[in-house]
Amino acid sequence: MNGETSAARIDGATIAKLARGVRLRDDAVRGQQVLLAPERAMALDEIAVKIVHALDGARSIDAITDAFAAEFGAPRDQIAGDVIAFVQELSDRRMLEILS
Amino acid sequence: MTAIQSLERTTAAPLETPRILPPMALLAELTHRCPLACPYCSNPLELTGLREELTTEEWIRVFAEAAALGILHLHLSGGEPASRRDLVDLTKAAANLGLYTNLITSGVGLTEGRVQQLSDAGLDHVQLSLQGANATMADHVGGYRGGYERKMAVADWVRQAGIPLTVNAVCHKQNMDQLDEMLDLAVRLGARRIEIATVQFHGWAERNREALMPTQEQVERTNATVAAARERLKGVLVIDYVPADHHSTYPKACMGGWGRIGLNVEPSGEVLPCHAASTIPSLRFDNVRERPLADIWYRGDAFNAFRGDAWMQEPCRSCERKHIDFGGCRCQAMALAGDAAATDPVCIRSPLRPMLETAAASDGAATPGAFVYRTMKPQ
Ligand code: SF4
Ligand code: SF4
Repeated sequence: MNGETSAARIDGATIAKLARGVRLRDDAVRGQQVLLAPERAMALDEIAVKIVHALDGARSIDAITDAFAAEFGAPRDQIAGDVIAFVQELSDRRMLEILS
Repeated sequence: MTAIQSLERTTAAPLETPRILPPMALLAELTHRCPLACPYCSNPLELTGLREELTTEEWIRVFAEAAALGILHLHLSGGEPASRRDLVDLTKAAANLGLYTNLITSGVGLTEGRVQQLSDAGLDHVQLSLQGANATMADHVGGYRGGYERKMAVADWVRQAGIPLTVNAVCHKQNMDQLDEMLDLAVRLGARRIEIATVQFHGWAERNREALMPTQEQVERTNATVAAARERLKGVLVIDYVPADHHSTYPKACMGGWGRIGLNVEPSGEVLPCHAASTIPSLRFDNVRERPLADIWYRGDAFNAFRGDAWMQEPCRSCERKHIDFGGCRCQAMALAGDAAATDPVCIRSPLRPMLETAAASDGAATPGAFVYRTMKPQ
């Protein structure tokens, strides 16, 4: 018995991946990508799908943000804010395994 | 295509012909057999015996039809699904179809080896029921000695196998005051989520109203406990809470609306819009043995009976909440108003609400007698 007893705070150094029991799936019937978790199905837009794919359990949020900033040519701060907010939301819903 | 869809929305298509969307979730009641005897069991009073249950091949065909229909979540339930000897095979077949597989279990009937096999088969998630925060309460409510000990072991095996765990806690008069302990227990067991549902008075629970109905004070305390726990356990334990509906202002959108989100397949293959739908005598249910699942969903009489709002009566018909709660629970309207198309008597706008409140208050105040436990044999 070893439940986690405190919530994870997501920042630039966080490294995470989808927890077991959470998966991204192509929903052919509705023509969308869905993130499936217990009793939850979230339809994800393109950006959210990219973030979920980037959560590979190896790269930090900082590294992911750098890559997105370069790819989209968008201000790094704005991207960092969006990525952290989305990842924090996934974490609060217990959908992530936080590796560091 | 897109243009036509948005046109449909902006021209406010009459709700008499609702556009039926594919279902999201299927609850497979694999069996009615269960070693426990919960006095609020949601299974029907007439239980299906082993010989009438769908076979392994039939269930797998249903899963394939469900996946093609757009089902994302498959809940393997019962009765106790572990009573099916083919549970691992069924899980494997469902996982191979890409379905998100969730096992809803009392834990009794699972062994360490079987949990590992389920994990290897691709089981995504386990929901383990807890009838109380300790063995005395849990085994009293479940009517099965040793059940609590087994649940503790099952939670440990599930955690070791790495399968995420949700604890299901059905709350009522006798165990509601243990809610804080149940929350702590869920965290200790490593659950990521807890579903706290106040007992619903259908089926067996209807026979145990005095033993189960909480008081108004208990309901208020529980609401406060849940609100505090949501703060305290944010990011640790996700809390889904179904409050007592006899004590709420408006009814719940049962099943997210009739024939909108999900369907239930009974052990015998009958397909129901909700697990209690068989209490509505006017409905005839199709069987997966005779008709394709997609046809049942889109064209079955039982599914179309309460879709949209053409069937509604006043006060629902002209109510601004009718697309929020869909007039509440059809089965509860049947049970309490004697008419499945009536406004759910739980609603503050129902003329029957005062009667419901009086009954809830007197059942809440009653000293609980012995439970009428569920049994396979009709009583
Ligand atoms: S509610 Fe209790 S008796 Fe009914 S199926 Fe579930 S565990 Fe068995
Ligand atoms: S009157 Fe009907 S639609 Fe309106 S809140 Fe009550 S149950 Fe819901």
